[in-house]
Amino acid sequence: MPENTLTLADVCHEVRSKNAGPFWVTIDIFVKDGEMFEVVADESFLNERTVADLYRVDLATIRMFRLPDLNVVKISFPRPVPQGSLHDRDIHAGQHHVPLAVLPVPHGR
Amino acid sequence: MSTTTTGSTRESVRVFVPIGMLGGGFAESVVERGLELGPDVIAVDGGSTDSGPHYLGSATAKSPAASIARDLRLLLRAAARADIPLIVGSCGTSGTDAGVDWVAGIAAAIMAEEGLDLPVARIYSEQRAEDLRRHLAAGRIHPLPPLGELAPETLDSCTHIVGLMGHEPIVEALENGAQVVLAGRATDTAVAAAVPLLRGMPAGPTWHAGKIVECGAQATTNPRTGGIFATIDHAGFTIEAVDPDTACTPTSVAAHMLYENADPFLLTEPDGVLDVRNATYRALDDRRVRVEGSEFHHVDQHTIKLEGARIAGYQTVSFVGVREPLVLADPEQWVEVLRKYLFLRVEQALGMTEEQFDFDLRLYGHNAVLGELDPGRGAPRELGVMLIVSAADQETATAVAKAMNPYLLHMPTPDMDYLPSFAFATSPSELERGAAYEFVLNHVVDSPTPTALFRIENGAPAHA
Repeated sequence: MPENTLTLADVCHEVRSKNAGPFWVTIDIFVKDGEMFEVVADESFLNERTVADLYRVDLATIRMFRLPDLNVVKISFPRPVPQGSLHDRDIHAGQHHVPLAVLPVPHGR
Repeated sequence: MSTTTTGSTRESVRVFVPIGMLGGGFAESVVERGLELGPDVIAVDGGSTDSGPHYLGSATAKSPAASIARDLRLLLRAAARADIPLIVGSCGTSGTDAGVDWVAGIAAAIMAEEGLDLPVARIYSEQRAEDLRRHLAAGRIHPLPPLGELAPETLDSCTHIVGLMGHEPIVEALENGAQVVLAGRATDTAVAAAVPLLRGMPAGPTWHAGKIVECGAQATTNPRTGGIFATIDHAGFTIEAVDPDTACTPTSVAAHMLYENADPFLLTEPDGVLDVRNATYRALDDRRVRVEGSEFHHVDQHTIKLEGARIAGYQTVSFVGVREPLVLADPEQWVEVLRKYLFLRVEQALGMTEEQFDFDLRLYGHNAVLGELDPGRGAPRELGVMLIVSAADQETATAVAKAMNPYLLHMPTPDMDYLPSFAFATSPSELERGAAYEFVLNHVVDSPTPTALFRIENGAPAHA
């Protein structure tokens, strides 16, 4: 990777994930400013296919919301592993933002 | 007491939420400052499904009794002093009947010690499988995604099932004269919405304010400070942090609709849907925010969401540390061979087939948290290898874990012509976890009335 590569986390105030009830996980991406929000919210960077590949979930189940007033992109999908089951390694789904947070973001600087 | 004041003559109703969850702990100054703001009600959530199915499945609480008592004592004193209602929702973490009785017992003991005599109502929300079977047979139970149609056997398999009440049973308890309402499972928002709705405030601003305050100071610039305060009126609501050095900003408030919510604009309650698509957030000054334009779409058919948990198996855990560089160089290769040997070993030692037990092997330090989703690279400095065995009963789970023990201790890499010994964390290394539960319901039931599925009792429980 070139040295000046920025990750999604670099251009965000916070990238967080959390359960939304026992059967859903939701990821909130708080982008720092409107300019970077345009980049992050753009379909060419982030779309349902990107999320399906990163999290190995069914494309059709993914819900994406773009909130320009808040510079937020929100992504929700059914939990691939039920909460608290034998193979659930993240009870609150609080660490599942990381695959998204480390994505390289295109930037012109 | 002022709870009998009803109708739309009131200009505003003020709700004080000292913390996102009872038992979490807040400074006494939060209560003092909250009372100074002149609340009409103190509302606090006592539970959540967020920490997993164990608490519902076993009907036990996440917080220790002492933490609940400490917070409850301050709030009971405050409610008595200000002569206002105190409403606690989802008592005992999961809102089971045992959870309500547990909190009611703690409250009764505190009131006896403090010389308080506030009228208490308990609202029970636990559901019997046979009652729900009737609703299911009548076509009144519907799945919520991602779950499908409900099988009657699933209801029977649950150790506990609760229904999430809206504001209506709480309102009924208040109308019957209760000042302290200890509710079973309730929606997070209903606890804060009950008094404003009882006193004639409009549903849109009330439910929206209820959502914003449900996690305490989470919607402020400093979530660690605890309290939040909402003033609801006929045109909207105003929200502020209780801590004078903490602010609510349009962003901190608007962003809270995202929190633990799959949809940032819509929130379903038993009697309708909160819709904040047209809501506006405006700073009144540097620490208060005005919200207007929130809507609530009432529905004809009340729906009560169900939560149910059952025993998925019994678990035994073993944990071993690895510092050996030859293993750390390629943990995936090592664990793949280990996994094969563990299956063979259980078959050989216990005569069990793969269908009779299950296990999870997690490599903490490598990819235990995210598994195959992990984007990271590079060798770890050490590995924590956690083995979790699940079987139909505890004895079997522990027997499986014990049979696997020599392999966790000595599993070599393919290049070693000797047996290394790894670092067990405890002796014995096996820890029995007891029953492990799973959530199996994500369904709603059409309820004939908003209160039909809930039972209101006055006074302390007989056996408390």
